[in-house]
Amino acid sequence: MDHTALSLIELGAVFFALGVLGRLAGRIGLSPIPLYLLGGLCFGSGGLIPLTDIGDFTHLASEIGVVLLLLLLGLEYSAAELFTGLRRSWTAGLLDIVLNAAPGAAVALLLGWGPIGAIVMAGVTYISSSGIIAKVLGDLGRLGNRETPVVLSILVFEDLVMALYLPILTAILGGVSLLGGLEAVGISLLVITVVLVIALKFGRYVSALVDSDDREVFLLKILGAALLVAGLASAMQVSAAVGAFLLGIAVSGSTAHNATRLLEPLRDLFAAVFFVVFGLNTDPKSIPPVLGWAVVLAVATTLTKVGTGWWAARRQNIGKLGRARAGAALVARGEFSIVIAGLAVTAGAVDGELAALATAYVLLMAVLGPTAARVVEPIAKALQRKRKPPAEPEPKTEAAKTEADSQPVTGS
Amino acid sequence: MNVEVTPLPGIGVRKDFATRGGRRIGVVTQRDGKIELIVSKSDDPDACLASLPLSAEEAGALANLLGAPQLVAQLNEEHRELPGINTKQLPITENSPFDGRTLGDTAMRTRTSVSIVAVMRAGQVHPSPTPDFLFTAGDLLVVVGTSEGLEAAAKILKHG
Repeated sequence: MDHTALSLIELGAVFFALGVLGRLAGRIGLSPIPLYLLGGLCFGSGGLIPLTDIGDFTHLASEIGVVLLLLLLGLEYSAAELFTGLRRSWTAGLLDIVLNAAPGAAVALLLGWGPIGAIVMAGVTYISSSGIIAKVLGDLGRLGNRETPVVLSILVFEDLVMALYLPILTAILGGVSLLGGLEAVGISLLVITVVLVIALKFGRYVSALVDSDDREVFLLKILGAALLVAGLASAMQVSAAVGAFLLGIAVSGSTAHNATRLLEPLRDLFAAVFFVVFGLNTDPKSIPPVLGWAVVLAVATTLTKVGTGWWAARRQNIGKLGRARAGAALVARGEFSIVIAGLAVTAGAVDGELAALATAYVLLMAVLGPTAARVVEPIAKALQRKRKPPAEPEPKTEAAKTEADSQPVTGS
Repeated sequence: MNVEVTPLPGIGVRKDFATRGGRRIGVVTQRDGKIELIVSKSDDPDACLASLPLSAEEAGALANLLGAPQLVAQLNEEHRELPGINTKQLPITENSPFDGRTLGDTAMRTRTSVSIVAVMRAGQVHPSPTPDFLFTAGDLLVVVGTSEGLEAAAKILKHG
């Protein structure tokens, strides 16, 4: 068999297997991300069947996957939404950073991965998966709940933090000197500010530049623009992913909606390849030694996310059940934890075990998150009942009290 | 009525209001146009008892169900001093012969002497429709006239 035939067969087999895994995930109501990672682990180095002929393609495809992940994330928000989200949730956002980055950093330092490893693991445990969370909230019919805007504005804050964190991380991973690092960070901060201002003031010109009534032309223009911007950003030491994210923010209105619809299937395809490639490059044998730490991190960061959500929801005068729901909703980690770990591993600046820990952690959290969101209500109710002596008046008065306590959420 | 508009970043907009009983009722409109009707729980006002996905057509039908009786009651109130004059809401059903035809085609005024004073469509009121107003299935007509005239009008709309 010649090389092309073999590549096609391998690629076909991988896609088909991913499709089957995705269907399985849908059946049991889970995010497909952990299954894609598992699939990658099975076929990668040290796995069952090593796939070697499609390395070039999958490498590039996984890069495109990251670009598309961030581009679509940017397309979801308008710059105005980002700013209101920032104003509304910055206190909760800061608490979120402190509580959830700390466990990752601490474990990395304990394992002797140094300050760079600590910064990487801090990002891995900090960032919730907006993809998984938005889907779970929709599936559970919680879009109309009063705590949902609280959850979403924390996610917006996290995404903005990512736009700052990723270029800083790339600079640090590049191993530049302290001065050079500061310069790179300075440049990236400047670029981000300029792009945000452009997006806010002149977003419609950017939209007009890529927009087209013809689907084919539009697809080529938006995809081309994304890859161009990503490439240029990467050449300027601002990570490729952030470039795509910023382009996504600059494109707004109906152009953004159309672009999302066109690009969604492409993103799903390439992002799936990205997760598989990450799994491929991780040796399954390296996971058992770090599994204990992954479980410790999973437990710790589940509690810290629940605490973050609880606190943020309480500030909006939301009842106890709602606070518990907000906390549990935030637990899921997924795509961005892997993006961060992926950046670190590609740069080769961190211990190889880090990839294994990140994989095991995301495997746990991508399953634990949706489960937590589902079971939080019965558990919180049971706890409430236990605390209340049975002689107390029926729950109706309690409900009336909380209703009187709660003020309307800010609207306009 | 104080309707709260809350942006849901990345998802859409929630518009709701509190009823006198303390429950919240509203609508979540998603970016892609999906509409959900939400009703809050009585024992947990932050959560939703139901969030029902509605198609645009279903949302329109629901809006008509809620809006038309109010309009009819208002018109009836106005006509109270005129004995024998009533207001009624009459639907254009799926198999009505006037689905896709104009108000003029019904010749309603000539045949029954009742007036079609408004058409409710997709939650919107179209007042004083002209003879070239095109009916479509799902429209609710607000008709004013004598009881006999209204009965005759209902038959015409159903059977032609």
